[in-house]
Parts: sequence; C-alpha cells; structure tokens
Amino acid sequence: MSGRRQPPAGPAAELDDGQALALLATMRRIRLFEERVAQLKRADEVHGLIHLSIGQEAVAAGVCAQLRGDDPVYSGHRAHGHAIAKGAPLERVMAELMGRVDGLCSGLGGSMHLVDTEHGLLGATGVVGGNVPIALGSALAARLGDSDRVAVVFFGDGAVQAGHFNESVNLATLWGLSLILVCENNGFAEFTPRSAHTNIERVSDVVAPYDLTRETVDGNDVLAVREAFGHLLAAARAGRGPMLLECLTHRVRGHYEGDPARYREALAEEDWRERDPILRLERHGVAAGWFDGDAVAAVERDAGEAVSEAVRFARQSPFPPAELIAELVYADRGRG
Amino acid sequence: MPTKNYADAMLDVLRTAMEEDPSFVVMGNEVLGIGPEGAQFEPFQREYSERIYFPPCSEASFAALAAGAAMCGQRVFAHLGLAPFTYPAFSSIANEIASARTSSGGRLDVPVIMHMSHGLLHGGGGQHSETPMGMYWNLPGIEIVMPSGAREVKGLLRTAIRSDNPTLVVTHAFGYGATDDVPDEDYEIPFGVADLRREGNDVTLVACSAMVGVALEAAEQLAADGVGAEVIDLRTLVPLDEAAILASVAKTGHLVVVDEGRLRCGVASEIAATVSERGFDSLRAPIARVARLDVPVSASAIHEAHISPSAEKIVAAAKGAVGAGAPAASGG
Ligand SMILES: Cc1ncc(C[n+]2csc(CCOP(=O)(O)OP(=O)(O)O)c2C)c(N)n1
Ligand SMILES: [Mg+2]
Repeated sequence: MSGRRQPPAGPAAELDDGQALALLATMRRIRLFEERVAQLKRADEVHGLIHLSIGQEAVAAGVCAQLRGDDPVYSGHRAHGHAIAKGAPLERVMAELMGRVDGLCSGLGGSMHLVDTEHGLLGATGVVGGNVPIALGSALAARLGDSDRVAVVFFGDGAVQAGHFNESVNLATLWGLSLILVCENNGFAEFTPRSAHTNIERVSDVVAPYDLTRETVDGNDVLAVREAFGHLLAAARAGRGPMLLECLTHRVRGHYEGDPARYREALAEEDWRERDPILRLERHGVAAGWFDGDAVAAVERDAGEAVSEAVRFARQSPFPPAELIAELVYADRGRG
Repeated sequence: MPTKNYADAMLDVLRTAMEEDPSFVVMGNEVLGIGPEGAQFEPFQREYSERIYFPPCSEASFAALAAGAAMCGQRVFAHLGLAPFTYPAFSSIANEIASARTSSGGRLDVPVIMHMSHGLLHGGGGQHSETPMGMYWNLPGIEIVMPSGAREVKGLLRTAIRSDNPTLVVTHAFGYGATDDVPDEDYEIPFGVADLRREGNDVTLVACSAMVGVALEAAEQLAADGVGAEVIDLRTLVPLDEAAILASVAKTGHLVVVDEGRLRCGVASEIAATVSERGFDSLRAPIARVARLDVPVSASAIHEAHISPSAEKIVAAAKGAVGAGAPAASGG
C-alpha cells in the first residue's frame, strides 16, 4: 500500500498463531453481530439510525487487539466494531441497540453513543469528529497522571474536514500528547466521495505539515493494520507524541441501514471476496499453517452462537423505566 | 387545490428562487432529510446542478461562508443539517451573523437563509434530536421561522428568501412527508403574523412547528370533554405576534404554551413571561407550560415519550388551568 511516511517508530509485537486466530474471531464476531443487527433493524427490534462497519472490521480488530484495558478509546457514529473489539460483551452491546436496561448505557445511549467504562471505551459520538479533541484530553490526563496509557480515537475520513480536527492535531503535536488518531478512510462521507469534499486524497497528507509520525495502510489487511499500529503504539507508550494511522477501507453497506445507496456501484461479489478482510485472513492463515479449516469453522460457529445468545439476553432484558432519565443528569441526583 | 408534502413545498420555493435570481444558490447535504422524501431533491439537483453546493462536514465554516456571501448581496439558502450539527456554527451565528447589522451601525445586511431541521429523530439520541430555538432566540438580529406544515413552509420560505435579515428556517426532522393542500402558485406568508388555527372560548393553546398538530389533536379531545380550546400557530418566533396571543388570552383567560424545546429558558418560557407581563389582567389561572423535560434526549423510545409534549399532557394541562380558574360562566 501507500508507503510508510517515516521509519517504524517502535517494535511491533510478534504475531503467534493464537493471536492470528483471535484476530479472526474478533472480526467474525463483529461481522455476524452486525449482520444480525441489520436483520433486527428491519424487524424494528433495533431502532434509531444504525451505521454498520461491515467490511471495515480489520481496523477495529487490528488496533484494539494490542491495547490494554485501561487505554482510553473513542469512536464516532460507526462504533459497534470498536466496542466489540475493545472487549464490550456482545450481549450488552446488543441490549443497548435494542434499548434495554441491561445495555452498556442502560438503553439511553443507543447505537451512536456506546460507552463501556469497564473496557476503556469512553465514548462514541453521533457528531462527526466530535470525539477527536475529547480523546486529546484523555492523552493529557494520562500524562498528568504519570501513566503510560495511550488514547486512541477512531474517526472517518469525513471528520478530517471539520475544523476541530486540525485544531486537535495542532494541539496534540504542540504538546506532544500520546494520542493515536486512527482514521478509517472508506472514501465516502455519507453519500459523497472524498474527492468531492477535499483536494487531499490521503488523510496522512493532511497532517503532514505538523510533522507527526503517520502511516497509511491497507485497512482491509488486518495483519498490516496490526503491524503498523503496533509500531505506533510502542512509540506512543514510550511517550513519543501523537501518531496517525490511516486505514484505507471499504464500507460494504449503505451509509446507514435503509440507505438505498444510489450514489455508487456496489462492488462485484468476486471483487469483494478478494478484499474482504475476514476471508483474506482465513486464506492467509490456512496457507501459512497458522490454523486449519476446522479452526476457521469453529470460529464462525462460536461467533454465531455468541450473537444468538446476545439476542436472547437482550430480548429478555426490560426497557429502562421512564423516570430513570431525570435521575441521571447530575452527579448528585435530583438537583434541579 | 393540489396535495403536496413538505418537501414539494420547499422545492416549489427553491425552484422559483432559482428562476427569479440567476445567482441564487443552494448549499447543503440532504436538504430534504434522509427519509424517503430526500429523493425528491434529485430532479431539482439535476436541473440546477451548477448552483447547488455539497459542502464537506465543515458546518462551522460553511454557515459563515454563506453569510459572508450574503453580506456581498448574494442570496444563499444554506442547509446546515440537523439542529445539533449547527452547534459548531453557533459561534459564527452568534458572534458575527446576528450582530453584523447592529455593530456596523446599520451599514451591513446579512440576508442569508440558514435552514435546519429540529425535533426527535426517533432513536437518534441527543446528538440527533434537538430543538434549540430558545438558544437561537437569545440572539437578537436573526429571524426565526417555524413552519407547522407544507402550506406554511411554502409561504414562509418565500418570505425568508426576500428578507434582508439573517433568517433561520427550522423544519421538523420528521415532517418532510406531511401533506397539505398547497397552491401551485407562489405566495408569501408575512413574518410576525400568527395563525388562529382553531377558535375556542375556554383556553388558549400556543404552539409552533410540529407541536401545532399535537395541540390541534389536544383541542379535539378537549372539545369532546366540553372545553373549547383556541389554537394559535406562531409561525415565526422572531418577529413574534404578541398581539394575537394577548387577544386570545383576553378572550379565554387561560393559557397553555406548548413547545418541543426544553422548558428552561425556552420558547414556552418566553411566551409565558410575555403574557405574565402584558396580559396579567386577562389571566384567570396560572399559565401552564408543556415542553421538553430539562434532560438530554436519550435514544430510548420510552424516554422520548416521557420527556416530550403530547396531546394527553396538553389536555391535562388545559384541564388543570381551566379547572384552577373561576369558570367563565360564573363571571370570575
Ligand atoms: C457535525 C455533523 N455534521 C453532519 C453529520 C451528518 N453525518 C453523519 S455521518 C457523516 C459522514 C461521516 O463520514 P466519515 O467521517 O467518513 O465516516 P463514515 O460514515 O464513512 O464511517 C455525516 C456528514 C453529523 N453526524 N455531524
Ligand atoms: Mg468515510
């Protein structure tokens, strides 16, 4: 893919067979989870605007596999995969999307506002780019707390055109904060191709003048994402300032569930099979002898069962009581 | 008279503006929302493609850009998206756009139209469901237009395009499909003239935007219980038709203000304060406000219903108000 802009900033961890299989399992869980969400949305069991990351799973999996539980992570409107990869239990994510009280946010957040403080997911946002400067604050807190935590923010290529993105990159580099900006560049913001929104094709070129370590990788190759992110993470852990990883990827479904997607041609099935990050890792892992076909089948079966269990769990969970919302607004409840 | 939906009505006006003014431009993404009516934009887009701009996710700048063009005499219809997406542009709207005329000693007009959609986007959560008219109303210098249906949007948008002030045209995110009898020909609805949508003697219900429909529904239920409700559609918040509200309250003696925005410092509060000051002698009972609870909007349907005005809540408030005052018949 598009070349490394700077030499590796730090050593990436070696990949063993178990880790390769774990990456596959994470991507498969996200895929099956989201395919199920699409069905539930059509059946009106999930409500609200739903943005799926089908096709982009390698970014969530390759990045989050290397993070610690206490590394703060932020996301945007297309957040299910990031939550799952960061360790949020499937059943609690599903319950949240179905508006149930056992959901990650007691059913108040919904698809675009997933938060799982136990696993370091400090927030998703429905406002494009809204969490980039917030993540910066987590990086500052890590420094002030004398911690080697690394903050990570996932965002799309559309967020780069918002003014606060540039403000954030400037602040991060000026103050040398340990933030890793992970851009999922799927070439579209809603229904508009990137070329109609900016003259700068690569996000890594947008930040070039700030002189931060940056790299663009094939975001449909989970091994490439993992390796590149590993280098950046090692350097960020050592306190060597902000980094940007741009993952070139493809959103398979419409911008939101229900989008008739008249603005682009769908990829031909054969072409997508070549690029699908899950099939690619399956082919590669079997060829390399990391795992065999039985292991691949077992991963798919286990993920399918976990998703079915998540739906069962969510369906039996009650909806939140109406009065709950007014109790949550302030830390010391009941203040008017 | 032809039946048109809200989206048709907006397109009628935009088409006329394009035809009348060869430099008129439309700027924004999903001008007609992301529901099925969004597709109605396509023929318009093909016809006027050189004068339609699709800005990137840069709301903070393109609201200001549209205003800057307007300062130079260019007419621009800028669709800023859902109300929460206008917050990045708030600084420009508050700091430059609203006050440009006053601080230039009246030398600078900013005839920009900023369009946004407000209200519950069911299940969208707080960042997709806002009704921030209280916030915008706190900025003198901008006009605020809140059409309640397709007929109103056609007449009010036409007036907005001709206005020399910065004008916020606020439609309801779920309203684009709502139909009405709408004339084909162009017409203007003047700003600052409320519409008496239903007459009644016992209680005045004041509302704007989608809440007019909900208030009318409540009035129907009240009528069944022998309470005559008068329903006033404000149509514009700025300018505000105070006279229409005061005249109605002088007749009914009771006021319920309905608004989808939050209670604190909101539209309902402002109307209530105005009537307390200027119509106190007409009131035979305390004013009631039915508005959004003072909490962030959640993604839960249960909370959306719990925190939002409804016909039932309006009926209860109206009965409370009427019951609390001396009955009109006894000459209170
Ligand atoms: C401030 C703001 N403006 C507009 C929108 C509407 N919107 C939702 S997603 C989106 C495009 C996002 O594109 P990108 O960042 O590339 O993410 P992707 O959807 O491709 O994952 C826009 C403009 C929004 N949510 N927030
Ligand atoms: Mg994108």
